[in-house]
Amino acid sequence: MIRRLEDMTLGQRRAIWAWGFLALPVVFYVSIRFYPTLEAFRASFTNWNIVGRMEYIGVANYVRLAHDPAFWKVIGNTFTYLGLGVPISMLLSFVIAYHLDRVRFGHGLLRALYFIPHLTTAVAMAWVWRWFYQPPPIGAFNVWLTTLGFGQMPFLRSTTQALPAVLAPAIWAGIGFQIVIFLAGLKAIPRTYYEAAAIDGAGAWRVLFEVTLPLLRPTIVFLVVTSSIAYLRIFDYVYAMTNGQGGPLDATKPLVLKIFETAFTHFEMGYAATQTIVLFVILLAISLLQLKLLRSR
Amino acid sequence: MAMKAGKMGFWLGAILAALLATGTARAQVEIEYWQYTFAQRVQAIDELIKRFEAANPGIKVKHTHVPYDDFRVKIAAAIPAGQGPDVVQLFYGWLQDYLKAGLLQPLPASDFSAVEIEREFFPIVQQMKVDGKYYAVPTAVRSLALFWNKALFKEAGLDPNRPPATLDELVDYASKLTKRSPNGDLLQEGLTIDMGGQDHHWLREVLIRQYGGVPYSADKKSVAYNTDAGVAATQWYIDLVSKQKVGQIGFLTDGVTAFRSGKAGMTIDGSFRLGALDNQKGLDYGVAELPARNNIKSNFASYWVNGITTKATGAKLDASVKFLRFLTTPEAMELWLTTVGELPARRSVAEKDANKNHVKYGPFIRGLSYSYATDFVNESAQRKVMMDMVDKVVLKNMPTKQAVAEAAVEEQKLLDGFYKK
Amino acid sequence: MSAAGPPQGARPPGRVRRAATLGGEPSTRTRTMAPGTIAVWTLLLLGGIVMVMPFVYMLAASFKFNHEIYELSLLPREATLDNYRRLFERSGFPRWFGNSLLIATVTTASVLFFDSLVGYTLAKFRFRGRYLVFIAILSTLMIPTEMLVLPWYSMARSFGWLDTYWGVAFPGLMTGFGTFLMKQFFEGVPDDLLDAGRLDGLNEFQVWWQVALPLVTPALSALAIFTFLGNWTAFLWPLIAITDRNLYTLPVGLASFSGEFQTEWEMVMTGASVATIPTILVFLLLQRYIIRGISLAGLKA
Repeated sequence: MIRRLEDMTLGQRRAIWAWGFLALPVVFYVSIRFYPTLEAFRASFTNWNIVGRMEYIGVANYVRLAHDPAFWKVIGNTFTYLGLGVPISMLLSFVIAYHLDRVRFGHGLLRALYFIPHLTTAVAMAWVWRWFYQPPPIGAFNVWLTTLGFGQMPFLRSTTQALPAVLAPAIWAGIGFQIVIFLAGLKAIPRTYYEAAAIDGAGAWRVLFEVTLPLLRPTIVFLVVTSSIAYLRIFDYVYAMTNGQGGPLDATKPLVLKIFETAFTHFEMGYAATQTIVLFVILLAISLLQLKLLRSR
Repeated sequence: MAMKAGKMGFWLGAILAALLATGTARAQVEIEYWQYTFAQRVQAIDELIKRFEAANPGIKVKHTHVPYDDFRVKIAAAIPAGQGPDVVQLFYGWLQDYLKAGLLQPLPASDFSAVEIEREFFPIVQQMKVDGKYYAVPTAVRSLALFWNKALFKEAGLDPNRPPATLDELVDYASKLTKRSPNGDLLQEGLTIDMGGQDHHWLREVLIRQYGGVPYSADKKSVAYNTDAGVAATQWYIDLVSKQKVGQIGFLTDGVTAFRSGKAGMTIDGSFRLGALDNQKGLDYGVAELPARNNIKSNFASYWVNGITTKATGAKLDASVKFLRFLTTPEAMELWLTTVGELPARRSVAEKDANKNHVKYGPFIRGLSYSYATDFVNESAQRKVMMDMVDKVVLKNMPTKQAVAEAAVEEQKLLDGFYKK
Repeated sequence: MSAAGPPQGARPPGRVRRAATLGGEPSTRTRTMAPGTIAVWTLLLLGGIVMVMPFVYMLAASFKFNHEIYELSLLPREATLDNYRRLFERSGFPRWFGNSLLIATVTTASVLFFDSLVGYTLAKFRFRGRYLVFIAILSTLMIPTEMLVLPWYSMARSFGWLDTYWGVAFPGLMTGFGTFLMKQFFEGVPDDLLDAGRLDGLNEFQVWWQVALPLVTPALSALAIFTFLGNWTAFLWPLIAITDRNLYTLPVGLASFSGEFQTEWEMVMTGASVATIPTILVFLLLQRYIIRGISLAGLKA
């Protein structure tokens, strides 16, 4: 029944190559990512606290989570980070990349300037940003605001302003990544398209909407999905800017911070695992949704 | 015949002696000690290990230190995996967590008798006794005091050598020390307000008691500050921000920074702050006991303790016991005081005249005699409850009484979650 | 991709290697600087300066003494190299730097190889289960590392990988992120070029290595930069996997400036400043490949 290699169709032979390439990676992902994930899934049904026995407690953790008002606040925050972070960062980074792409003089220098924030560590930068947010006369932002005639803002000391205030440095640090990917994507568009459009006499806006953006689709899809995942998983900047508290009054606390707290401050690994599963489901759902909506078929 | 037996006996004895000698010489035990990374603490332990190994040639101590922020993470990962320390330094407030997680074993009563500990060490150490057994002992303790900036005092027309002795004087001085710009921006605060720092200890163990209340019940399992006394104390603290306006939450990001940069007249902080302040060029500061109220004095003490993990057995256990005893000798404590700046945990050492009347350590040591160390089940969570309580009033205008009630409920949940498991 | 492909020109006979490329130089239509362009350029420059300001403040703080860093002035009143001296003399910093460099480089190489291979396979091969494998790999991005570290620790301990370079590196050798990125870029590679390679007698691996890979250099460069960067700044796992101070990576070593009650911010700023140097270098080195891109010369009619 074993067919000879020569009798196999092209497609089947290709499939063998494909699985050959995938063999080692599949083993890797299964053992490094999926097996631990299953462990986490299993742990979510227990009351494990690091040492001591793991006792199965059914869905008690999930019930507890559903009834925890702090959890719902955290979910709200997380989606706010997503809803504000992704559109703002995508728009900003595209505009910058689009114009940067057309600049030839000093292109490298400018690109470096926009990328440097991405190279910095959150701890150090958060310290600097916290000073920017201080009330006058110390905080730069408030000094500008008052000079321009606006009132001063509490920023990190306000339950409404704190989340955007913490999001700002995260966006600031993140757009370098998006700009570079956009630049790579713009570079990959063959000039012939633009030349054809020029022959047609199309203006810059038409070119943008009918040539550039459609051809950037894979890039845009990639960036939307990865940025969404990144903002839903935001942690470093929140931790660094709020001393690990997620405050004031949980106003800035995202889900990953709550997981971290549950796992490494309260040592409630089972409960933390539960929250991780929730995060995983959210991320999976959002990504699948986005992929479906944005696929070019 | 007798000669032969004597010769045999001699050789037998010699062989036995040789065996014994090599036996003991070859018995090298290595134990591991973990603490968090901080230059002076590392220095102190390195020196103590040197002295200990010199006095105990059969024992080697491996000193591992871990960055503070993730000290607990590392321990949480290591110990269940059978790695990690034999002797570990932990914050006294983590004892309950560590016991629940089965990480510590009780100290052998023969080497660490309860009677001796209770006679020699400050009373706060008794919290390390659970079910009649001691699980850990400290080398050093810390307490709180009032720090004041002498230059700013002079500038405000106050006697730079006379700190406030009562809460009323504290408010009075603070008002004089507060400076604002023409449009009301705070330029200098009279007293730092920082619940995320030491203030929540000040509120819990000092202010509440000074207003006639207690923070917790005698069995430690219930919150007891949801009373008129508790509300009054909390209100007094919050008034500093909202009524007298002598301080601002988040001013210069936190209280320490404000005081260090000379923008705060006074601050309530712990003895661990002395090192940093001494290094601050141009800062001329004084230390005083916490202000009293109606002649009631109280203080909060905290300490890091050394315990023996469940990983240590047999020869390692014996070595660990020896090392732990060494760490808590008066000599070790003196060294710790001069190197790290933390106060000796033995009364006899702390209350030596030289220490008790020391211009900087003195107020802390005197405060130790009337200190309480809160029985935290989860210090960071309980601190957050206090921070949120103040934020609710200051940011959301919640009535203080309600905020205190809500905080009591929150904290009770934490206590219940712990004790009733 | 979509309908209208680039005009097919005569293929240069034989040598597929040199011929086909994609992309081009900046897609400007004019070479002279029109006034609109000058305005845009100025705005970009101003924006760039604003972007870089916090970084500059961090650098400035690294040259200040401890008592001065609370003043956010740009120029220190008393500039000092003392922090840098302390940083390099403090036991470990050069070692931490070296460790991070080694691990980040090796990991980046591994990611570039495996992620592009897998991405290519997912983009260009039709086989049953293709979408499922893709989603499965993508889903690996969604579990926060915080939950994986404990199982990884058990695994590493069982295999004796703790306190080894391998132990730090193994979780990051292949990533869903890179695979996703490469897949998207490989989708833009015309199948005709691959078929041409096959017709020339190259096996599938060679088609990937010799034909497809050169066409996605911008993406590879981007991936290299980000993998290196991510690895360079990784903190949680290296902290757990290593206890031997000689094996500390940079972020773990720098964390030791943060104590129970005090953080030596001037040292954090200094350490963070030095830590950005290699990442800046890697970026400057690799960004040329994005600039150069690849030209479509060979496919012109």
